[in-house]
Amino acid sequence: MNRREALSTVAWLLGGTIISADLFTNLACRPKAEKYNDLFTQEQISLLDEVAETILPATNTPGAKDAKVGEFMGLMVRDCYKPEDQKIFINGIGRLEKEAEKKFKKKFSECNAAQRTELLTELDKEQKAYSKDKSQEAPNHYFKMIKELTLLGFFTSEVGATKALRYVSVPGRYDGCIPYKKGDRAFS
Amino acid sequence: MSSNIYDAIVIGSGISGGWAAKELTEKGLKTIMLERGHNIEHVKDYVNANRGPWEFPHRGGRTQEMIANYPVLQRDYPLNETNLSYWTNEKESPYTETKRFDWYRGYHVGGRSLMWGRQSYRHSEYDFEANAKEGIAVDWPIRYKDVAPWYSYVERFAGINGNQDGLPQLPDGDFLPAMEMNCVEKDVAARIKAHYKGSRHMIMGRSANLTVPLQNRTNCQYRNKCWLGCPFGGYFSTQSSTLPAAVKTGNLTLRPYSIVTRILYDKDTKKARGVEVLDAETNQTYEYLAKVVFICASTLNSTWILMNSAIEVWPDGLGSSSGELGHNLMDHHFRVGAAGIVEGYEDKYYYGRRPNGIYIPRFRNLFNDKRDYLRGFGYQGAASRQNWGREVAELNIGSEFKDTLCEPGPWRMGILAFGEILPYHENKISLDKNTKDKWGLPVLNFDCEIRENEQKMRKDMMDDAQEILEVAGLKEIATYDNGYAMGQGIHEMGTARMGRDPKTSVLNEWNQVWDAKNVYITDGACMTSGSCVNPSLTYMALTARAVNHAVGELKKMNL
Repeated sequence: MNRREALSTVAWLLGGTIISADLFTNLACRPKAEKYNDLFTQEQISLLDEVAETILPATNTPGAKDAKVGEFMGLMVRDCYKPEDQKIFINGIGRLEKEAEKKFKKKFSECNAAQRTELLTELDKEQKAYSKDKSQEAPNHYFKMIKELTLLGFFTSEVGATKALRYVSVPGRYDGCIPYKKGDRAFS
Repeated sequence: MSSNIYDAIVIGSGISGGWAAKELTEKGLKTIMLERGHNIEHVKDYVNANRGPWEFPHRGGRTQEMIANYPVLQRDYPLNETNLSYWTNEKESPYTETKRFDWYRGYHVGGRSLMWGRQSYRHSEYDFEANAKEGIAVDWPIRYKDVAPWYSYVERFAGINGNQDGLPQLPDGDFLPAMEMNCVEKDVAARIKAHYKGSRHMIMGRSANLTVPLQNRTNCQYRNKCWLGCPFGGYFSTQSSTLPAAVKTGNLTLRPYSIVTRILYDKDTKKARGVEVLDAETNQTYEYLAKVVFICASTLNSTWILMNSAIEVWPDGLGSSSGELGHNLMDHHFRVGAAGIVEGYEDKYYYGRRPNGIYIPRFRNLFNDKRDYLRGFGYQGAASRQNWGREVAELNIGSEFKDTLCEPGPWRMGILAFGEILPYHENKISLDKNTKDKWGLPVLNFDCEIRENEQKMRKDMMDDAQEILEVAGLKEIATYDNGYAMGQGIHEMGTARMGRDPKTSVLNEWNQVWDAKNVYITDGACMTSGSCVNPSLTYMALTARAVNHAVGELKKMNL
């Protein structure tokens, strides 16, 4: 069933009225979307990868995509998040897409690097302001979740820990005072 | 049946049990060490020890499934992906709480010697005298001088690092070279010294990590992954230290999956004949007989065994004639402290992951200080540069943000207080016969809480932390009290205390059960008071001392 057919079928079923794009998405698209796991589609994982890469881009060291942070987020949200937080996270992906649509009239993945950075900078300011004033019981902002998982996923990944940071598996000794100059990478 | 007869039985294979087995076997006694859980072989079974952080799917975190499976462990930091198999299966071994008690257990060979914090301090004369001087609970039947040589003895074998700091409230010992403070800690220590003029001190922590090779063990490699098990044998555990020594004698039999259900008590001789063992895998019951029994099953399980023993003579169990069995449960209360930023060291860093920190020994209610509560507390802490998890206020996302996080952040220093809990008769455990574990055995019920003395102390623990860090020149100091539930310190003590009188104590000055002289309890159950220092070194010393006594008594035909 192609998009036009689906649309017309739905319209027919509902007595000729096209009621919402959401319904269309629900009825027609979901069965076709390739699943990454119980919670996420492959498309969502790719989107998370792009978002993570915008948060921690490849510079002279690897970036979040090199560390497969999108997949990491998919795993963590599925296994470690409470159901209510999973909901916030997944709705958050939709909200992020809506923000892109509103601001640039396109999907996040179609935005250029500058647009992506602009959008996520705004979302980060929004989550920082929200987090500052929120009560402890109030739910976290979805972008705070995305950002935290991005940092965790990247800096504890093999490329993050060994290429962006310095990982020494067996230091062999402790030196409590060594010189440091700006630009030296942190030990992971 | 003859194969079940030994000279000595050791129940438990953790810090205390390992020491008992080493000492007994080295003195020539054929010894069986009974461990209720599975075996963990040194190095070979430390399956996660050499993994990088990226080799854990959830990077060491906790899944919802883990949280559901470990309702107690999830209450605090111990629940994590990296050493989950070292923690007791809570569904198989439940317990009940009249009042909350967090019981973090390790049922396997080595027990919690594999996951312990390794901080190692002697109790001082002040600790041993405190109950008598203040009229609290009962007097310890021993003094510092009785234990001092045994502290030295175990320190030399276990390998404890530290400085000779010359503080009467924290006696020096036979230490390996100390670990090193980093540059911030050194300066902070100097400022504290200058300000308090000797009334408060910040010293290097003393820990059971080797700073030089010892026996067949490699010195610490500064990986700071101790609680995964150390492939270098860099820290003291049963596996790295006491077990190989015991095995070497040829006198040791180690039997995992052996749940001791009771001491076999002979009311004619008023002694133990041996123990009854339930095989945790086959559910078969066995009897093991010996001349002497060391109960080192961890504080609360040691008392559980007594509660299930000799009930035909004493309905509440062996040692209950005092009315104190199960009572006077203690821990160390903590989760209160302060932290702040240290400026001026941006051109300094450190190399290696030091599995140890600084220590601020007790200064309250000592010498001329007098507070509106009894006893005191010490602080553990460290200075370090913040990692990628820090907030960067002025940056949001993108390459500058990332490159900033790839560098070490500002220096921070934090100190965390550990306070003494008084031995209250009302703080107790008892058998809950309505709840059974996987093997149909009754479980423990907990009924305990901290009281006014500890609440008052917590205020000082926080305020003094703030003051000390201010003196040290820190900025943006924030204090915290994250609340505390008994057990969280993982320093369970008491419930079968030592004393001078069988009417008010369970054990005598040699850790013998008053009502069965060939039964010794040398783990945390024996503690008459708790001090504020980490207790494991004291269990090692008391165990070695008790074995020496037991073997002497056997030779004199007194047991």
